[in-house]
Amino acid sequence: MTSNGWFQILVFFGLVLVCAKPLGVYMARVFERERTFADLVFRPIERVIYRLTGIDESHEMRWTEYSVAMLMFSLVSLLATYAIERLQHLLPLNPQHLSAVAPDLAFNTAISFTTNTNWQSYVPETTMSYLTQMLTLSYHNFFSAAVGMALAVALIRGIARRESKTLGNFWVDTTRASLWVLLPTCTIYALLLVSQGVIQNFRPYDQAKLVQSQTVTTMGTDGRPVTGIVATQTIAQGPVASQEAIKMLGTNGGGFFNTNSAHPFENPTPLSNMMEMFSIFLIPGALTVTLGRMTKAPKHGWAVFAAMSILFFLGVFIAYYAESQPNPLLHGIDQHTTTMQAGGNMEGKEVRFGIADSALFATVTTDASCGAVNGMHDSFMPLGGLVPLVNMMLGEVVFGGVGAGLYGMLIFVVLAVFLAGLMVGRTPEYLGKKIEAFDVKMTMLYVLIFPLSILGFTAVALMMPQLGLASLGNGGPHGLSEILYAYTSTTANNGSAFGGLSANTHWYNLSLGAAMLLGRFLMIVPMLAVAGNLAQKKLVPPSPGTFPVHTSLFTVLLVGVILIVGALTFFPALSLGPILEHLLLQAGKSF
Amino acid sequence: MRRHIVTAVLYTVVTTVLFGLAYPLIVTGLAQTMFRDKANGQLLRRNGEIVGSRIIGQSFTAPEYFHSRPSAAGSGYDAANSSGSNYGPTNKKLIDRVAGDVAALRAEHPGAEVPVDLVTASGSGLDPDITPAAAEFQVARVAAQRHLSVDAVRGLVARHTQGRQLGFLGEPRVNVLELNLDLDHASGATK
Repeated sequence: MTSNGWFQILVFFGLVLVCAKPLGVYMARVFERERTFADLVFRPIERVIYRLTGIDESHEMRWTEYSVAMLMFSLVSLLATYAIERLQHLLPLNPQHLSAVAPDLAFNTAISFTTNTNWQSYVPETTMSYLTQMLTLSYHNFFSAAVGMALAVALIRGIARRESKTLGNFWVDTTRASLWVLLPTCTIYALLLVSQGVIQNFRPYDQAKLVQSQTVTTMGTDGRPVTGIVATQTIAQGPVASQEAIKMLGTNGGGFFNTNSAHPFENPTPLSNMMEMFSIFLIPGALTVTLGRMTKAPKHGWAVFAAMSILFFLGVFIAYYAESQPNPLLHGIDQHTTTMQAGGNMEGKEVRFGIADSALFATVTTDASCGAVNGMHDSFMPLGGLVPLVNMMLGEVVFGGVGAGLYGMLIFVVLAVFLAGLMVGRTPEYLGKKIEAFDVKMTMLYVLIFPLSILGFTAVALMMPQLGLASLGNGGPHGLSEILYAYTSTTANNGSAFGGLSANTHWYNLSLGAAMLLGRFLMIVPMLAVAGNLAQKKLVPPSPGTFPVHTSLFTVLLVGVILIVGALTFFPALSLGPILEHLLLQAGKSF
Repeated sequence: MRRHIVTAVLYTVVTTVLFGLAYPLIVTGLAQTMFRDKANGQLLRRNGEIVGSRIIGQSFTAPEYFHSRPSAAGSGYDAANSSGSNYGPTNKKLIDRVAGDVAALRAEHPGAEVPVDLVTASGSGLDPDITPAAAEFQVARVAAQRHLSVDAVRGLVARHTQGRQLGFLGEPRVNVLELNLDLDHASGATK
């Protein structure tokens, strides 16, 4: 670890902190439909959208109607994506003449992008046409994020409103999130990325004549090695920056290229790298301020922000430390940190990012439900790879996905308040609302569906050598980590991977698709039920027995609850995977 | 329910036109106007022919060139098929690959430790850079092969070394393709 590395981490965090308040306040105004400076541009567009779609913007929805609207929109946009993937060979903007996407892969991908997961079982540059990337993948990057924000705002309204039956209008919240927040930010951000070298064009792939031809040995069809000369390099192109911007800002994470933000055309410079990391946390960080403002308890918003920050620093410290260490199984190489090189574990990392920026990126992308990567997590040291895995297992509540992070965290807040109530033997209250049996049941449903999907699917995959284990890219405990990571990433709607797992098989496409659906919709519905139930409650004036939710004691309790729930659930699986691998690595074992 | 399905269909169509078509087209128009070269991938030309992109690495294994890092993209630096090795730290394939590369590199530098980036595959398989340490490790070989002085080659390396961006972001690095093109230029070769 170097002081310059830590300086970058602190600058990153400082930027998130500074922007949280102005953006959070702006978003509160947007969702409360107060006047903002952007109305001049977006209000007319908003009106046109409502007129064309027949949406009544004054209509208020109960939690059930809000859920139905959300589910219908997800279903329709999912089917549209499936159709376009299957028909892409007949559609324009396909200069490489890529064929139709296979049914199981198209199914997996349509779910993946609709649920804000962006798990990718395919190599985009050889699978998806420019049109498919723009019209479906990039589109879902906007709307899965906008839906996430709408849901978070619905929950905040549930907390803030009293004796109300409704939570707002799903269509209006989604439209305002995408128009007022995502669209203008992305337009500027995409151009900043292009200024760093992210490409944005519709060229067919370019052919470059290599400066030095390569001699390449491949396996021929008869199984014998064939030596050939490669004299050209095909350079994939495409409208990358427009997708890159919303991929990061919407915590989606689906790369335009296979290697995501490690690819020089997606993330060319250390500055573009800093922008990309910052844009992951920007909206989730600000939403805590939106929470504080809309519930008229700004200090509570900051207490939640503080809990997130503690967990963030814990993760980045471990990841950065682990990746700075030399791999004891590699000999004859210099893995030290000097002024001439970053040293450490450089397998799967880019020279321009080195160790600090790669470890920070991996932490940030899994704290949030982003899942973009600028280095290969599969090649991280055992404890370096443990951090992203644990971040996702904690429910991605450390700033978290756009919207999803906040409502996930508020579920833990309800749980923390409930536990505090049990400790003093009083009915728990949260911001003046009594937390009762129904709320706790729904909260526990949310908390339990998550590990059930992760551990259940992992166990099934492990028991099937032909379907589950045949896809492994690494042996030993690392193999278990690969499968565990896949189901954790998809259930948590993250989308990053231990990429050694060959996931483009029927089994993985279908089971991972199911995990993504469970992890999004089965968790959203109980969350909206809590929101709806809270909204209709009376306000209870605070008494001496009320547990205050804006103190450092609350922050510590919240962090404790998150860590204990995560540890109790996942420690056994983790100890057989990355923890065992760490011990065996130190003992000099390889697989 | 029925009303919501109709709304969802209309909403998907209308917003797709705006966010899936208009937005990327507007960004493309602006990007092509403001940063044309960057938006098109910073392609490098020699004698009118495209020889690569400034920010996409190429495979260099000949002794007269600075070598780039090992690559797991296709058959190596396949810029239409980016990939890392995805080998875990305890994977025998990783350990064997590194040992093989180390043995080859040590032949030119007996006893010296090889800078780690020179024997590890990058995440993208397209890393355009090596560390200054990895460049320095190769200076003597390249100079001898090209009958150039070590100082002259070191000077070229220095010219293609970028420090941390804004003084603190990322890591110092040497662009291999540009360095090798410049080397060819310096020794008058057009190979």
